[in-house]
Amino acid sequence: MDFKYDDEQDALREAVRGLVGKAYGDYENRRQATKDDPGFDEKQWSRMAEMGLLGLPFSEEDGGVGAGPVEIGIVCQELGRVLAPEPFLTSVVLAGGLVSAVGTAEQRAEVLGALSGGERVLAFAHDEPGRSWSASAEGVTAAQDGDAWTLTGVKEPVPHGARADLLVVSAALPGGGTGLFLVDGDAAERASYSTYDGTRAAKVTFDGTAATPLGDAGRDVTASIATVQDITRVMVANQALGAMQFLLPTTTEYLRNRKQFGVPLATFQALTFRAADMYVSLELTQSMVDWATMVVAKGDPGEVADAARRVSVQVSSAGRHIGQEAIQLHGGIAMTMEYSVGMYTAHLAALDHLLGDGGHHLRELAGAVTTYSALDPLD
Amino acid sequence: MQLELSEEERAFRDEMREFFTTKVDEAIRQKVAEGRELEKDDLVEAQRALNAAGLAVPRWPVEWGGQDWTEVQFHIWQEEMQRACVPTPLAFNAGMIGPVIAHFGTEEQKKEFLPKTANLDIFWSQGFSEPDAGSDLAGLRTTAVRDGDDWVVNGQKTWTTLGQYGDWIFTLVRTDPDAKKQAGISMLLIDMTSPGLEVRPIQLIDGGYEVNEVWFTDVRVPGENLVGELNGGWGIAKFLLGNERVGVAPSGIVKRVIARIKGLAEDRFADDPLLRARIAQLENELLALELTTMRVAANSTEGKPHPASSVLKLKGSVLQQQVSELVLDLAGPGGLASGAGDDSDLTEWQKVAGPLYLNLRKASIYGGSNEVQRQIIARGILGL
Repeated sequence: MDFKYDDEQDALREAVRGLVGKAYGDYENRRQATKDDPGFDEKQWSRMAEMGLLGLPFSEEDGGVGAGPVEIGIVCQELGRVLAPEPFLTSVVLAGGLVSAVGTAEQRAEVLGALSGGERVLAFAHDEPGRSWSASAEGVTAAQDGDAWTLTGVKEPVPHGARADLLVVSAALPGGGTGLFLVDGDAAERASYSTYDGTRAAKVTFDGTAATPLGDAGRDVTASIATVQDITRVMVANQALGAMQFLLPTTTEYLRNRKQFGVPLATFQALTFRAADMYVSLELTQSMVDWATMVVAKGDPGEVADAARRVSVQVSSAGRHIGQEAIQLHGGIAMTMEYSVGMYTAHLAALDHLLGDGGHHLRELAGAVTTYSALDPLD
Repeated sequence: MQLELSEEERAFRDEMREFFTTKVDEAIRQKVAEGRELEKDDLVEAQRALNAAGLAVPRWPVEWGGQDWTEVQFHIWQEEMQRACVPTPLAFNAGMIGPVIAHFGTEEQKKEFLPKTANLDIFWSQGFSEPDAGSDLAGLRTTAVRDGDDWVVNGQKTWTTLGQYGDWIFTLVRTDPDAKKQAGISMLLIDMTSPGLEVRPIQLIDGGYEVNEVWFTDVRVPGENLVGELNGGWGIAKFLLGNERVGVAPSGIVKRVIARIKGLAEDRFADDPLLRARIAQLENELLALELTTMRVAANSTEGKPHPASSVLKLKGSVLQQQVSELVLDLAGPGGLASGAGDDSDLTEWQKVAGPLYLNLRKASIYGGSNEVQRQIIARGILGL
């Protein structure tokens, strides 16, 4: 049992921190980068590719680096810490993760190579209007005519759906179950808009749109989608942790410096005690995130699913707690777009709702509560 | 980053599990499992069983019976002990005065007291708090005045847990009334059979008599019973309280109670999603606490507590309280029967649920109240 990062992992963190810190250490740069489409900095995306970050999760034969979840988690934490708007989570971890899990050798080499090199941005078109979080598709259906497949229906919201060069699309299969397909971004009708945390999402409409099956044609891959979602949940948690790690010191610094009634706010115990509670939430969350990341490294899908739920429940409540208190302890300044804290809280809310919020996951855990006597994180 | 225990750690865990579940009296462990009160004899017997195997005071220096373990091993030791319902070695002995004497005491004091302290031949009590010195401990007023070779002690201590069993009491006393408040304090070891020392029980809201007042009227204490430097008591107190927070999270106990709840409420789960959600929530928070304990243990070096140990105290106490609240809810109307005898049709756990719920309100008050912990975090960690 060991909760320490090794030297190489520390070096990776330093390198990533340097790269993203240079770009977004000044919050105003993030604001500018998200002002216009595509809602992030293409040059920064290229720099991330050059550093090898975009290929971290993928095997070397697929054009990636073959790094483990701990390394991917480090990247997510550092991105979260500066609120980097580049779509690492949704494009690399989620959409790329699906291609890696389900694609043929040829598809993996082609798509993941281009993703790792920063030449193609991917998006996972999965959520559908009127449906909650799920691993399956209903609203978009796949039809087969010989070897040719087409998709029909609406996906929304699709994170970075309008910018994506290539869409990974889930669709209900004619014979039941959910399949995955690749569709060129241009082939679908796309309407882009901003999200409340400053990034972009889109409504993507398919109308008999030509699609290439990802992996074996017509195969139900619901379980694979679920597992990649679970892994992504753990990385979402890493990213949220990074954001929380920014919010606490930013808040305490403000309490030390901001004066009211002629004294620093840190004079008031009503405020410092709340900051102490934020610290408690943060420490507990750090432990859960480290643990869940290590469970992903072990690789058992059932355990990963359980860990993903548990860490999501913790991150959901801690993210709300820390984000809300960061705003409240700052006061009016944190309500402004110009100041960083409000947008961090917005991002935490967006991450919370990307793949299932705390309530969603707690419901799952509550359903299974009688199937074991006690939890042992070491067993 | 590695989740699994190493092979050696796994073997160590099996060894601990085997020992605690087979070498400590079953009847005592059963009492703990059911949340019933332990007699002094139970505590003594359990601690002696541990001590015979070198497992009562592992955190002490090796030459005085401690173990040269890693922090992970200490953690496993505690978790397995709690899991097996073994009473934790008496905190006053194992966690408080033992390490103090080992660190600050004279050779004579070590030889005289440490073996008896480890074996619970001496049952120690703690004489720190006073009616006007609680969280503000340095406000204490009990005095010790030099008279020949002796000290003469006058004053009153309070909240002395299990003082009714106490043989000796380690006491903070004011030895220099003119110094500023932290500077004039010393630590004395006082034989509780000394003339002029009187223990008066305090009844608590659970109906029991867990704590006491201890009154000192011209109690004569031999000069050699001073621990450490004269007027150096405050440093000793800080050392002691710092140790108290290490490994203070009762995650093993909470886990055991939750597992028990599941057994007790089995027939209610099917149609009570709210109950299931409460348990799932508690389990998840407990997991976060347990993992934090491990992370703190894994990252602690040379006995220095990780700054996050205040988190363990805060969260551990609150979880303990929340679980006791859930047990009382589960007891339903039967929980009212706290005074019922053996002829009652209600179960034992229902009868003790109310008193336990009330008793555990103490958890966020003792060991440095949770507000004191927040102050430590705010000031010491966050720099506020």
